Amino acid sequence: MNTNLLSMFLVFAKIGAFTLGGGYAMVPIMEKDIVDRHQWLTREEFMDVLIVAQSTPGLFAINMASHIGNKTMGVLGGIVASFGVALPSIVSILLIAMFFRAFKDNIYIEKIFMGVRPAVVALIAAPCFSMARAAKLSLSNLWIPVVSCLLITLFGVSPIWIILVAGLAGYLYGRFKTNS
Amino acid sequence: MIFLQLFIVFTKIGAFNFGGGYAMLSLIHNEVVEKNQWLTSAEFTDIVAVSQSTPGPIGINCATYTGYTAVINEGYPEWMAVLGAVLASLSVLWVPFLLMLTISKILLKYSKNQTIGNIFSVLRPAIVGFIAAAAILLMSADNFGSPSDSPFQFVVSLLLFIFAFVGTRLYRIHPILIIILAGIAGLIIY
Repeated sequence: MNTNLLSMFLVFAKIGAFTLGGGYAMVPIMEKDIVDRHQWLTREEFMDVLIVAQSTPGLFAINMASHIGNKTMGVLGGIVASFGVALPSIVSILLIAMFFRAFKDNIYIEKIFMGVRPAVVALIAAPCFSMARAAKLSLSNLWIPVVSCLLITLFGVSPIWIILVAGLAGYLYGRFKTNS
Repeated sequence: MIFLQLFIVFTKIGAFNFGGGYAMLSLIHNEVVEKNQWLTSAEFTDIVAVSQSTPGPIGINCATYTGYTAVINEGYPEWMAVLGAVLASLSVLWVPFLLMLTISKILLKYSKNQTIGNIFSVLRPAIVGFIAAAAILLMSADNFGSPSDSPFQFVVSLLLFIFAFVGTRLYRIHPILIIILAGIAGLIIY
């Protein structure tokens, strides 16, 4: 096996294994390993992948894995990354279904997760700052993340609508700029 | 034929899930509990709870667990149930995978395009807001304990939150190490 494909598999298996609760919880780990450590993507490219993964159907993790794998190492990379991110989940649930039906009621497991949950929330919050730099946030466009955050948290608006509207706005802005 | 049903149902769940994670729970409940009755409502709640404390995307977790349980309940042997679990898990993946691969190819081809560039210049700031929203929505009593009912847990949670935040931002500690340390802290403190 190609060493790059192997490291791609290992990185995504690690991401799959340490993502509790799914979704955005894997973003900080992906950012660390894919952007900072292996430099398979720049931070801008990483954000573009986030946008695309968010606006296509399917599992966020698989969308991220298949796109990042494909971008860096072609179709085979996409397959390897997706398989890697799914494997720890399949194996662990299978073991639980087979042997540990009482797993969730275990007092020690519960204690561990009482500690882990707030830390995971902090890990999800942290990339906002590194990504704010990559998104070239300034006083003139700071309202974009603030408004989208408020729409989601206060009004329960689906991110899909925000992506559609923001994408259209970007398109019109570009047209307007080239015409004037 | 249980295997064919599992394939069809979980292919559907994978294909019609936008935004990932919790967005797909109502769809899974509808298919797995109400229509096909592979799991009881209580079993479904259990698997959601287990998904939160096990690794991986919640959609795959549900598919694996349901595949296994449905085949066992039909009276098949254990190894067939393992096959059912793997089949259901792969069924939920293959449509989004192919779709994403196609979009990925298109995007890479046109990434230098000016119009695409303009669109993403607005979308990038927006995604910062999405991540902030995800973090804010998770700052709940479920994750931190409530200040009135469990003040001790609430204070410990706040401290762990601050340590994790400072650790990752200022000291660049790997997120996985932070998760492990927070787990050990929880085990010792509680």
